[in-house]
Amino acid sequence: MSLPEYTSDEMMTVSAARMLRNGAVCFVGIGLPSTAANLARLTHAPDVVLIYESGPIGAKPSHLPLSIGDSELAETADTVVSTPEVFRYWLQGGRVDVGFLGAAQIDRYANINTTVIGDYGSPTVRLPGAGGAPEISSNAKEVLLIVRQTLQTFVEKLDFVTSVGFLSGGDSRRAAGIRGDGPTAVITDLCILQPRLPDRELVVTTMHPGISRERIARSTSWDLHFAEDCGETTPPTEHELEVLRRLHCESAAAYAAGDGA
Amino acid sequence: MAQWMTLSDAITAFVQDGISIALEGFTHLIPFAAGHELIRQGKRDLSLVRMTPDLIYDQMIGAGCASSLMFSWGGNPGVGSLHRFRDAVEHGWPTPLVINERSHSDLSNAWVAGAAHLPFAVLRGYTGSDLPRVNPQIRTIACPFTGEELTATPAVRPDVTIIHAQKADRKGNVLLWGIIGVQKEAVLAAKHAIVTVEEQVDRLDAPPNACVLPHWVIDAVCLVPRGATPSYAHGYYTRDNAFYRRWDDISRDRATFRAWVQEHILNTADFGDYLRVAAESKRQVASR
Repeated sequence: MSLPEYTSDEMMTVSAARMLRNGAVCFVGIGLPSTAANLARLTHAPDVVLIYESGPIGAKPSHLPLSIGDSELAETADTVVSTPEVFRYWLQGGRVDVGFLGAAQIDRYANINTTVIGDYGSPTVRLPGAGGAPEISSNAKEVLLIVRQTLQTFVEKLDFVTSVGFLSGGDSRRAAGIRGDGPTAVITDLCILQPRLPDRELVVTTMHPGISRERIARSTSWDLHFAEDCGETTPPTEHELEVLRRLHCESAAAYAAGDGA
Repeated sequence: MAQWMTLSDAITAFVQDGISIALEGFTHLIPFAAGHELIRQGKRDLSLVRMTPDLIYDQMIGAGCASSLMFSWGGNPGVGSLHRFRDAVEHGWPTPLVINERSHSDLSNAWVAGAAHLPFAVLRGYTGSDLPRVNPQIRTIACPFTGEELTATPAVRPDVTIIHAQKADRKGNVLLWGIIGVQKEAVLAAKHAIVTVEEQVDRLDAPPNACVLPHWVIDAVCLVPRGATPSYAHGYYTRDNAFYRRWDDISRDRATFRAWVQEHILNTADFGDYLRVAAESKRQVASR
């Protein structure tokens, strides 16, 4: 049987989607996390509950929202609440199983930076900032991260810690009084990484088909380790690819159709 | 007590140079017409507050209206950077911008505290983050009952809040629905509130529990159809995603941005005029 052709971004999105179990309550960041969460909903996890920080709870968009508060999210949600309510009652209230986030930089303990590249006071690149991430990463029961893996994103030391993973590793996260369990997986375009016990450093647990250890190591600024039983990620199925491509197609059509002035 | 007036008169009456001002609306109902009028009237030295600066503050920052910005996420959603915001932070153009950076959870809690006229918000947040290191207003407080260390941050109480809503009745009672963000809190936290609306109606016909802002917490109500363009007004028009994408090109370069502001805002009489000019620009882009 010949395997379908797919891109590394598709492999990443499909891998991330598979991590989301059916019925989980998921707080979704915009971009790659939203794509993966909706792919999960349209394939193996029809009962996943998607919460967006703008207020929709139980959103079931037919196309991917371009922004975090598109009308499609409100119209397909079980309910729409105010933004303070999302963060106070639903996230801080401990009702979110999975936080799904992206990042501009990540370190070996899955701490992430979405604030600045360079010095905070005189940044080389001013990034959008925290958004919901600091409290999603600390209040969700677990966190999934999606990041394209390069020397610029997988860094030895973050320029700025916006949101926490495992701080300095080991039990430091729990010792700091942070409630959720933290990142359980980091999904990239090359592999899947998971925290290793007991130091909670990220190690490669599966490599995407056709990706070598050398390629992964070359795309990481720290001395990256591989799990002893490190295997190969299952490639995307035809069904997963078909649903993902249809989602992208319908989204592109919806963005082009904006009717404002 | 709400007074119906033109947007131009409302901005002149309530917005002076140097005040703190919030134009809220989370992706939905962003009061763009009001942002344009602030630029048109040449307002300066404003302390801006908004969870997501979005294109509306990118335009105001680039036009030189602002001296500071309190915010929690400053990107062009789904597209990329806000180039005018970045230029101000990275290069001080057109004027330096002091930033007071917070998280969504913090700022939405701070709006609730502001609406309740409390001095500070309390939340579980920021643990392990560098944000408290660069923002000394993010502090901790011990729970007086359990001793748990919690985060405390100052309430937001701007001089003026401006929001856009779907409709208002003749007395100035305002109804909004859909994604309502922090608009109710932002109005109740402010000393003065201006609301632009899609339409004036005889009766709101709002169901119980609907988000209605009574006329006596609002100073001015202004009729501005399509006043949230290029964001959207649920039930009236959709988000102009194409413009959000096009903004990336318009705003990337200082000269292109300045020319856009001149043609679309400074050279137009009001938002209706802007919509005509913008529609013409869109036709030209489409025919290229």
